Amino acid sequence: MVERQSPLELAPLELELRTGSHGDFEHGIDVILSETRPGSILQLAAWPGQEKKLIAGIRTVTGLALPDGAGAGSTDGVRSVFGFAPGKFTVVDEAEGLGLAFANVVTPAIGTVTDLSHGRTAIRIAGPKAEWVLAKFFAIDFALPAFPVGAGRSTMHHDVFAQIQRTGADQFDIYVFRSFARSFWKALCHASEEVGYEVQ
Amino acid sequence: MLITCPYCGPRDVIEFTYQGDGNRQRPQPASQDLDAWNAYVYDRLNPAGDHNEIWQHSGGCRAHLKVVRNTLTHEISSVAFARGDHKAAMRHKAEGKS
Ligand SMILES: [Zn+2]
Repeated sequence: MVERQSPLELAPLELELRTGSHGDFEHGIDVILSETRPGSILQLAAWPGQEKKLIAGIRTVTGLALPDGAGAGSTDGVRSVFGFAPGKFTVVDEAEGLGLAFANVVTPAIGTVTDLSHGRTAIRIAGPKAEWVLAKFFAIDFALPAFPVGAGRSTMHHDVFAQIQRTGADQFDIYVFRSFARSFWKALCHASEEVGYEVQ
Repeated sequence: MLITCPYCGPRDVIEFTYQGDGNRQRPQPASQDLDAWNAYVYDRLNPAGDHNEIWQHSGGCRAHLKVVRNTLTHEISSVAFARGDHKAAMRHKAEGKS
């Protein structure tokens, strides 16, 4: 695969990806921001009537079972999957090459596999105030009962489309278009200033 | 104004794109029935009350939706997948239970 460079790392580096503590951190760090840089980010879509086979294929390749319901998903810390639209799923792996693994499983009769690894940037927000900061960005319910661990949501911040997966009780992974990642990251940093944040 | 997407749940109207009057009947592409084409392009009911509309959840799951909206109150009384009885979410649900 072509070597990738994070859009957050383009010069001037110090402006965007400043590791360390920022904002009002003297009272504690309530949010940790990082770029997770997964090797594979895929979108899988089933033709109408083929959803069951696609879900079975995801389980075969990733070992992850999709729980009940629209927008449901799961993660094992290395691989993640969630539904983001009817019959459509985002599948993420720390390692590269997940698209090839699906090639013989999701046949053209079942659906499509689209490799977005170079087109999306994955940003993680974690900590006790992660819900609070995200609630300022997105008009959806981030409370744990409404947005359980593993589940995914498609929404947007102004016109920046975002897919959000809850990967922990106080941790969310946000997938944004690579071209918007820098400005989104900057906005997220600004929004995190009031609670004190650390960039890792 | 909130629209409750059958897949995503209640979302702000800013996430949706209006795609026009849901009562329109598009003639077959090869049709030479000028009255039918005229009606499709120009004739609108313009009701003061419940109105059939097509919306796309463009800032979410991107599904096309059949919505009934009251043009006086903005009350949304019905939302469904425009594709018809879309089984995708349901199948997904059934699969999860197995
Ligand atoms: Zn939706």
